[in-house]
Amino acid sequence: MEVGKVYRVAGPVVHATGLKSHMYDLVLVGEDGLMSEVIGISGDKHIIQVYEDTAGVRPGEPVKETGAALVAQLGPGILTSIYDGVQRPLPALAEASGDFISRGLFVDGIDHKKKWDFEPVVKKGDLVKPGQPVGTVQEQLLIKHKVMVPPNLKGGEVKEIYSGNFTVEETVCVLDDGTELPMIQYWPVRTARPSTVKMAPTIPLRTGQRVIDGFFSLAKGGTAAIPGGFGTGKTVMQQTLSKWSDVDIVVYVGCGERGNEMADLLHEFPELVDPRTDRPLMERSIVYANTSNMPVAAREASIYTGMTTAEYYRDMGYDVLLTADSTSRWAEAMRELSSRLEEMPGEEGYPAYLGARLADFYERSGRVTTLGGEEGSVSVVGAVSPPGGDFTEPVTQNTLRIVKVFWALDAKLTQRRHFPSINWLESYSLYDLDLEPWFVENISPDWNNNKRRAMAILQENAELEEIVMLVGSDALPEDQQLTLEVARMIINYWLAQSAFHPVDTFCPYEKQFDLLEAILGYREFAFEALGRGVPVDVINSAASKDALAKIRLLDDYKPELEKVMKQMADEFKVMS
Amino acid sequence: MTKEYKTINEISGPLIFVEKTEPVGFNELVEIRTDTGVVKRGQVLDTSDAIVVVQVFEGTGGLSKESSVRFTGDVIKMPLSPDIIGRVLSGSGQPKDGGPPIVPDVERDIGGAAINPSVRDKPRAFIQTGISTIDGTNTLVRGQKLPIFSGAGLPHNDIALQIARQAKTLGEAESFAVIFCAMGITNEEAQHFMRDFERTGALERAVVFLNLADDPAVERLLTPRLGLTTAEYLAFDLGMHVLVIYTDMTNYCESMRQMGAAREEVPGRRGYPGYMYTDLATNYERAGIIMGRAGSITQFPILTMPGDDITHPIPDLSGYITEGQMIVSRDLHRKGIYPPIDIRPSLSRLMNSGIGEGHTREDHRAVSDQLYAYYAEGCDLRGLVAIVGKEALSERDRLVLEFADAFEQKFVSQGRDEDRSIFETLDIGWNLLAELPETMLTRIDDHIIKQYHPKYRKE
Repeated sequence: MEVGKVYRVAGPVVHATGLKSHMYDLVLVGEDGLMSEVIGISGDKHIIQVYEDTAGVRPGEPVKETGAALVAQLGPGILTSIYDGVQRPLPALAEASGDFISRGLFVDGIDHKKKWDFEPVVKKGDLVKPGQPVGTVQEQLLIKHKVMVPPNLKGGEVKEIYSGNFTVEETVCVLDDGTELPMIQYWPVRTARPSTVKMAPTIPLRTGQRVIDGFFSLAKGGTAAIPGGFGTGKTVMQQTLSKWSDVDIVVYVGCGERGNEMADLLHEFPELVDPRTDRPLMERSIVYANTSNMPVAAREASIYTGMTTAEYYRDMGYDVLLTADSTSRWAEAMRELSSRLEEMPGEEGYPAYLGARLADFYERSGRVTTLGGEEGSVSVVGAVSPPGGDFTEPVTQNTLRIVKVFWALDAKLTQRRHFPSINWLESYSLYDLDLEPWFVENISPDWNNNKRRAMAILQENAELEEIVMLVGSDALPEDQQLTLEVARMIINYWLAQSAFHPVDTFCPYEKQFDLLEAILGYREFAFEALGRGVPVDVINSAASKDALAKIRLLDDYKPELEKVMKQMADEFKVMS
Repeated sequence: MTKEYKTINEISGPLIFVEKTEPVGFNELVEIRTDTGVVKRGQVLDTSDAIVVVQVFEGTGGLSKESSVRFTGDVIKMPLSPDIIGRVLSGSGQPKDGGPPIVPDVERDIGGAAINPSVRDKPRAFIQTGISTIDGTNTLVRGQKLPIFSGAGLPHNDIALQIARQAKTLGEAESFAVIFCAMGITNEEAQHFMRDFERTGALERAVVFLNLADDPAVERLLTPRLGLTTAEYLAFDLGMHVLVIYTDMTNYCESMRQMGAAREEVPGRRGYPGYMYTDLATNYERAGIIMGRAGSITQFPILTMPGDDITHPIPDLSGYITEGQMIVSRDLHRKGIYPPIDIRPSLSRLMNSGIGEGHTREDHRAVSDQLYAYYAEGCDLRGLVAIVGKEALSERDRLVLEFADAFEQKFVSQGRDEDRSIFETLDIGWNLLAELPETMLTRIDDHIIKQYHPKYRKE
């Protein structure tokens, strides 16, 4: 390996001479061997971004080449891990350097000493293609890890296949051309892992959040953005999604976020129980925690490292959800590095390639047929933190050009403590039409109609509220006053959902449907009564209406809902 | 290593450019001696074989091409010992109280390494500040960083002082300390703080770093780092609970912009450097608790929003790092309400882990949500009343409107020395809610109403 020399140090950017490395190759800078990546070549100098603090590095110190790009280590043992942005397990770093992260530590992404019970699924003489499993390992109680032929190999005929306990480095399979396959494989994080076919988004990703599933649903393999100013509940939203979405694996990329928030997550995840399997949620999670005060270059890399592990589990045929919090911090890392490189800035100082990088990242999502012939998906939810809550800024705008679902978080709703504070007038989902058949088939033929009716009421409500702001609600005709009341019910009893209430935090499809159906049922009764001349004040003081408010907090809600609906029918029968 | 160079090629604002040196480390501490013998300190910003760029903390006044430059081969360190408590230091860490220099037990790199997120403990110990708008609706917990966003002419300093005086955790007494970092504040403001510290005896458990408005701007970039390095020592070496108050972050960011301009960097939004987020984060993120260590660091940064604009880059980027924000409102201040904290845009992100059974009281979350909801609605209605008059309101709306007024008078408003317990705060909340019909309390579970509503409690 060539050894070069540091020529110049300016923050996280180092210039070095005497190297032969390629673009994006990993190099080790200085006496301490700081992990770094080549990001530019100019004349006889390589421009390098360093993933660690460069204090004390001086010109003349050595720069060692590794001859490879920044890779993720893929194999059994990834699940339950907590990594920094370049896939170094944080607990291992803590063991090596104590409570504060010191520099120049190299730790493997997965344990190379641990032995796993490898069970072959192919036999001698079988032909294996790239991406095809040769065996499995029970990685977690409920997650079977498939050991696959790396996609960048040719495959071939199985010459030897072993079974038993192996470390990830030991050979478990030999192909006829002599290729020895261990369980571990390495993949450059900036390159998308290949798949055979990308499929249409026709299956919804259930999140248990009424406003999302009911109004703005995300498809499996789809992309969504959550933009919102600070304090609008982005992070709670992302954590709720990680907890409740019906996926097999969750990859959470905490990119430039708060240390205490990561601590909260790291304490909460192991205690959380997956509602579907009764197993700890952590068993199917991978967390990347690169807090805002950790090196900026590692923050830039964390998004790619996270995506690579997500794709790897997708290739085994799993549904994966990747949540990135926040892509704005990632974009800012790019801007910071770009400015250190003295590149010509684009809008607001962001590099001109911002849009291209964002597109590259989101395009790695999708529901696919894998090389091994399985069906798997990576769905991506990216939080965006627009400065000052201004959605016209470059990161939000470039993101919106790519993603299909937009959940607009609204500071006004947060101030009223309406959560999730997703604005129902500004948000949209472009998967709507693709997903409608699924809901008709699986939940109720009325699902889509109810959704449209509720939406129409909310639209009308918004228009009426403008008038109310001018003249007061008493000046409106009675039918419009009633509409306001029904809209208020949809907003408070249905759209609002508490992430901290043990029952309300997750709402199954059927309950979502029943609750909305009940509110719309109330509307029928109310307008019928109004038609026969019952004053609107009398209608609005129906006891059954208030009773409806608390149904969503009940686990076994059906008997109570039936009771309330019966009470409602009785009440309206005698109302005059 | 201790060679002196007289090879200054250029002096530009706070920067000097030195040529023909031996290899110099990035971020290294530099000493510059003027021809009259004055020694200034600086830090390496950019180093290469050809030229080294140094930012000078005490300003470049008095420097010339004849000045000699010595590279110390080490990064800037803060001398620390338990005796530091009770001291008043300058913004660059030199004694300012006439006392002797600090004899260090340890010396720490002021850059501070990042706490490994996997060893952080979850902040959950409730801190009672005695201020209802904080304790009741935006609860502070130990290890949190909760800034005060204020504007020029508002009483943010009084609020900060009241918090420093009254902050305590329920239950056992523990050793705690206050670190006060002043950055670019006026002499009068500094005196105001110092007088209050002396009046209440707070100085005995405080460390004060003073960088005044007429001190060099570059020095300001050091001040919070010195303070936080001291805080980490007190918290994680000596096991104390440390409250760090720094004011005014706006001045700090202005210095950063000044430095960025001097270095001819490509500016980000409104001329502030693109790395401002990361730079602020390296300060703010030094709050927290570490598993298995006794102490904690809680931060109270104060910043004044230029033009009361919360979308300005300084409050904006701060808000993305800190765990919430307290907003001081000019409207409330004009109404004569102290503390004029507007709870609507204020937020404590860690509130949930510090309230409820075992921390405060089980009704805390529900009461807070309900207060919020009707106060926000009441404020909206005020706009309507201005147009159509009170008479046009429905009965319900009128109740909500009255609630909002009473809320400001009874819940928000309190004395500068009034130290309310959390239970007093919650009970004030309940008394306000009791003025509304019970059916309007939609955010409170029935069993909690039955237990805490004044109507049932009297029976």
